[in-house]
Order: sequence, then C-alpha cells, then structure tokens
Amino acid sequence: MARRATPEVNAGSMADIAFLLLIFFLVTTTIEKDKGIARQLPPKQEDDVPPPPLKQKNIFIVSVNQSDQLLVEEELMELKDLKQAAIDFLDNGGAPSGSPEYCSHCKGKGDPSSSDNPVKAVISVQNDRLTSYQMYIAVQNELVGAYNHLRNRESVRLFGPDFVYTEVKNAINEGKYQGNVDAAEEKLKQIQELFPLKLSEAEPKKRGE
Amino acid sequence: MSKFKKKKGGDLPPVNTASLPDIVFMLLFFFMVVTVLRNNELMIKNELPKADEVEKLKKDRSVFIFAGKPSPNYQDKFGTEGKIQIGDKFTDVSNLQFALTEAREKLRPELQDYVVVALKVDKETNTGLVTDIKEELRELNMVKIIYIAAPGSQLDPK
Repeated sequence: MARRATPEVNAGSMADIAFLLLIFFLVTTTIEKDKGIARQLPPKQEDDVPPPPLKQKNIFIVSVNQSDQLLVEEELMELKDLKQAAIDFLDNGGAPSGSPEYCSHCKGKGDPSSSDNPVKAVISVQNDRLTSYQMYIAVQNELVGAYNHLRNRESVRLFGPDFVYTEVKNAINEGKYQGNVDAAEEKLKQIQELFPLKLSEAEPKKRGE
Repeated sequence: MSKFKKKKGGDLPPVNTASLPDIVFMLLFFFMVVTVLRNNELMIKNELPKADEVEKLKKDRSVFIFAGKPSPNYQDKFGTEGKIQIGDKFTDVSNLQFALTEAREKLRPELQDYVVVALKVDKETNTGLVTDIKEELRELNMVKIIYIAAPGSQLDPK
C-alpha cells in the first residue's frame, strides 16, 4: 500500500492573521513622548528662618495675575519679550571691574541699577492662585530658555563651537554622547556655576490680600 | 530563424509573496515590544501645555500625578473643579502624601531615593492647585519634579 503523505498545512492565511495582530498593536500603541521642564523644589523650611539678604537690584520680579497678564519689574510685558528681558537682567554684570562681584564673562550693558553678577541674580516669579497652568508653564519655559541661551553662549565660548550646553546635556541624558561623559559633565557643571539657575517662587497670593 | 522568435506569453512573472508573512511578523514584533498598555485610565481632561526647553523623563524612577478638571462623563459625580488623580483614582490634597508614599513604594527599591515626580496637569487648571501639590511634595521631601509638557511653543500659535 502506498504511504500517504501528510497533507501540507495551508499557510496562506498566515499573513492575514499577522496583519490583523499588527493592526491591533498599531492602533493601541502610544509611543511615549514624556518630556518636560525639570525643577528642584526648595527643601522644607521652618517658618521663622529669615530670608537671606538680597539686594533689591539683584531681584527680577515677574508677576502673573489672574487673567494671565505679565508684570515684569513693575511694567506690563508681553510673553514674547520676557526671554530677552530675563537675558538682559542676568547678563547685565553691573558690578564695576575690580570689585569682587565683577562678572568677566557678562556681555550686558553693565547697568549699575540692574543685577551685579549672574551668580547673585535671582528671578522671582509670583503667581496668582487663579493663573492658568498654561501661562505658568509658558513663563517657566521662557525663563529656562533665557538661562539656556546664556549657558549655550558660554559653553561655545569656553569649549568651542561643538560644545553647545543644551545639546550636550540632552545627548548625555539619552546616552548618545560620543566622547568622555565624565569630562563633559564636569564642563556642564562649570557652566552651571557661571549661570546658576536661581528661580524663586513666591507663595501665590490669595484673594483679597 | 526561429531562434529569435519572441517567446509566447511574455507576462511578468508573479511577485513572490512568500516572505510577506515574515515582514509582517517583524513589524508585529516591533509594535508588540514598544507597546505600553495603559494601566491607569484618565478620569480627567489632560491637555498638556506646550514648552520647548524640555528634558527627557526617566521613566523607571517616576511617579505620575495627574490634575485637571474631570472629563465629561465624570462631571455629574465630581463637578468641574480641578482634581488630582494618582494611579486610577481621585485624590484629595490632604490624602496626597499617603497616595504618593504608596506610589513610591511600587518603584524599584534602589531607585526610591531618586524619585522624580512627573506632573501631568491640564493647561486650564489653576496654578493654585499645582502650588498645593508642590507644598505637599516638599513636606514629603520629594523635591525633584518635572512638569510634563507637549512639544511646541506657547508663543507659536500653531
């Protein structure tokens, strides 16, 4: 008797099944795109600790009211001008040359009534409780943008045109940096010391105060 | 003479589709690997504000806090005021510390000290709610936070 060959399984519909699964996963996939503005909160403090003494001219006050209007150094301002105003303030370098606070890398106007040195300069943001979160983030974004602008400028000046602060930082974060990561982090730190991020947030005002 | 006669039936040979399943399977595996099934259903409207000076979030050490007004099908029950959601349930500001401690304990033990709190807040929320959250975070000493934002710029109307 002739041996009967086992019939071959028809694999023609395999592609259909695979397609079906593929489409299911295509539809359900949400490729995560979580990026944001990182911030470190100040640690908890006792109530009776006096605030550190700061010269008035070293503080840059940004207040946002309940209808999302900006008041910068007691002048009404559009959001688009905020970044430049913050850059001018931080980069001012108002201390005269020879004094211990003299800023040798500042390129600002050197206005004696504005900040002495970026190390001393503090940006203070005051929000109303009813300010929208959108505006809050927009203000934070512009201020971080001002710092990044200055840090990029310094990193290019000190370490050459290939070393842009924000790009290197992102590359290290994503593990894509080519070269010595430790050395690069050291350089980033050096730049952070030139322009330390000093963003203070006042307690938001309550209604009727 | 007949040597150069054109062959009969000069149709194109059919394309071999035998490797099609392989290609499709390859794509399938790619998507299966990158897919993250959502494990917490959002009960709030969550449209993120835009920002461009952003950094990437390290997922393995983060705790998410969502905030915003309840989405339409929860509004009869919870109203339209801004609410905080952690995991899959609403949390009050007074319960926030407990809920956050619980969420932190789900992380890998060696990363618990480096926890980053990711705030996913709807853009129409009042800043006051965010300030309350931040106060609670300071109490808990979880001071590293990240405001998750959508790519883009607020200045750009697009």
